[in-house]
Amino acid sequence: METGTSEDSGRTTDRAAGGPAWISLPPGLLRMRRLLLVVWMGLLTVATGLLTGLLAGPGWAAFALLPLAVLLWGWPMLGRNWRSWRYAERSDDLLISKGVLWHEETVVPYGRMQLVEVTSGPVERHFGLASVQLHTAAAATDARIPGLDPAEAERLRDRLTELGEARSAGL
Amino acid sequence: MTPPGAPEGVRDDGVRDDGLRDRAADVSRGMPDGRAAAPAPDERRLHPVTPLRRAWAPVAVIAGWAVHDPDQAQRHLTRLTMTTLLVALAVLIPAAALYGFLSWWFTHFSVTGTELRIRTGLVFRRTAHIRLERLQAVDVTQPLLARVAGVAKLKLDVVGADKKDELAYLGQDEARALRAELLARAAGFAPETAHEVGEAPVRRLLHVPAGVLAVSLLLTGATWGTLAAALVVPTLLWFATHSLWTVLATAVPLIGAAGAGSVGRFVGEYDWTVGESPDGLRIDHGLLDRAHETVPPGRVQTVRVVEPLLWRRRGWVRVELDVAGSANSVLLPVAPREVAESVIARVLPGVTVPGTVRPPRRAGWCLPLWWRGQGLAVTDSVFVAGHGLLRRSVALVPHAKVQSVRLEQGPWMRRRGLAHVRVDTGANKTVTARLRDASEAAELLYAQADRSDTGRREARPDRWMA
Repeated sequence: METGTSEDSGRTTDRAAGGPAWISLPPGLLRMRRLLLVVWMGLLTVATGLLTGLLAGPGWAAFALLPLAVLLWGWPMLGRNWRSWRYAERSDDLLISKGVLWHEETVVPYGRMQLVEVTSGPVERHFGLASVQLHTAAAATDARIPGLDPAEAERLRDRLTELGEARSAGL
Repeated sequence: MTPPGAPEGVRDDGVRDDGLRDRAADVSRGMPDGRAAAPAPDERRLHPVTPLRRAWAPVAVIAGWAVHDPDQAQRHLTRLTMTTLLVALAVLIPAAALYGFLSWWFTHFSVTGTELRIRTGLVFRRTAHIRLERLQAVDVTQPLLARVAGVAKLKLDVVGADKKDELAYLGQDEARALRAELLARAAGFAPETAHEVGEAPVRRLLHVPAGVLAVSLLLTGATWGTLAAALVVPTLLWFATHSLWTVLATAVPLIGAAGAGSVGRFVGEYDWTVGESPDGLRIDHGLLDRAHETVPPGRVQTVRVVEPLLWRRRGWVRVELDVAGSANSVLLPVAPREVAESVIARVLPGVTVPGTVRPPRRAGWCLPLWWRGQGLAVTDSVFVAGHGLLRRSVALVPHAKVQSVRLEQGPWMRRRGLAHVRVDTGANKTVTARLRDASEAAELLYAQADRSDTGRREARPDRWMA
């Protein structure tokens, strides 16, 4: 049933043997998110500390610990979230699995894809990342794979388009 | 950008070939040159009554303004002399008439082998090509005034078509003939013979008697709820504020809502007739405004059987259906359960409504009491999920109509080993089987994806007569 190899990701599910070959996201996305977190929360910490310290007195500067706490808490959380994202191309459908606390797993049969999009914002582009978004006739289908290597994103798009055309079905 | 000389249509095609998206309605806008404006062999115009429809617009705007702001309207009215009024009318009426006439004059439609083309627009040209093979449903509607004038609206429901793509108005007989021709072409009859095939014979499946409909509405909690609110809230407000305006401002919308929920529904669902023809399901209804809907075979995405609490003793149910691109959602406003099931068996061939299985008992930790109302069943042809304890609702999705399957699990559900399974359909509705055992849900996720794949392969072709 499976396409692709099972050792490239190294993580198969605890479901019965012969589960799909999961592919995890490249570390670029995690790097980007962590960097953004550090930059924003660092700025916020400094700004809060300075403003409250100068305007309200040194005791109030303790509020600067708040964004710092968010930073320290967010660092491992981003890692957990990043590790939870993975996808698998099976012979007939694409699987996307994400989320730690709120776990969601989506299956989209190739024949149902109406449109495959590759997007890359300015920040993503700077880090050499791209997202693949699938659309089916149902708007509720939320099938997005963020933070892919652009080459991989294009390969995935071409492959999905090809498979989609081969199995295309109406509504 | 397209170079100014290039025909508009070329760019459209170039864009469309990129993706897989197949919206059935292609709309191109542009100057009146290029492919869009090339005259088709048998272009037709709408019924000559149509301009009157447009002529209403300025009158309606003025009336709306007067109602919205009565004080100021009166002040303006007293300031106007007879002459200015006459001059205004002399300008306004011909302008409205001219606008109506021109918009009618510049609207053409034609039926080609595979498409219905609607060309419209005075300044901004708009050409809609509606692909008949993608046809999901055809509606012929006649508002009260249109019935008096002997005209009707015809609308093709396809994914991506909007309100503008309806043909309003056509002569009554012309609308019927055109519907028959469009359906014949969509069904796959040869184009040469399509307009001689004529209307497919209809076999009546069910008619809802007015008495039953009235009783069913009286037994609907929402009717009494809105009525009670319409009586109680203004009374309380009167005692609290003694301000007539406040009371009126709340009473009028509430009474309006109560009226729409009871009388409005009765009028709309009066004389409800469901028939079956080779062209699919026929639904006719309405007391003042008549509507005739045709849903070709294999277009139904979801069927829902709803059973309000007060109907249960009588064994009545309401059946709703979803068709992609269509706003209509009622199949049967009220019917005995056995009759409803026999109609469902015609709509989704060979499907019976199965009993659903409750989630495991520990689901009560996530959804106290109401967990008993949840249910799931999967048969060879449909995915069935039920919910609701007092007002029970069971949704049936044919496997062939499933677009994607999702499994969702929150932290609390994980502790109890439970998960939701959601099934998305092409009519933009999601059917959810809630609080299933986690391992069952994981199996269901994959099994459902496989079933929807094979289900589609075995489904009937889009051109049902081919």
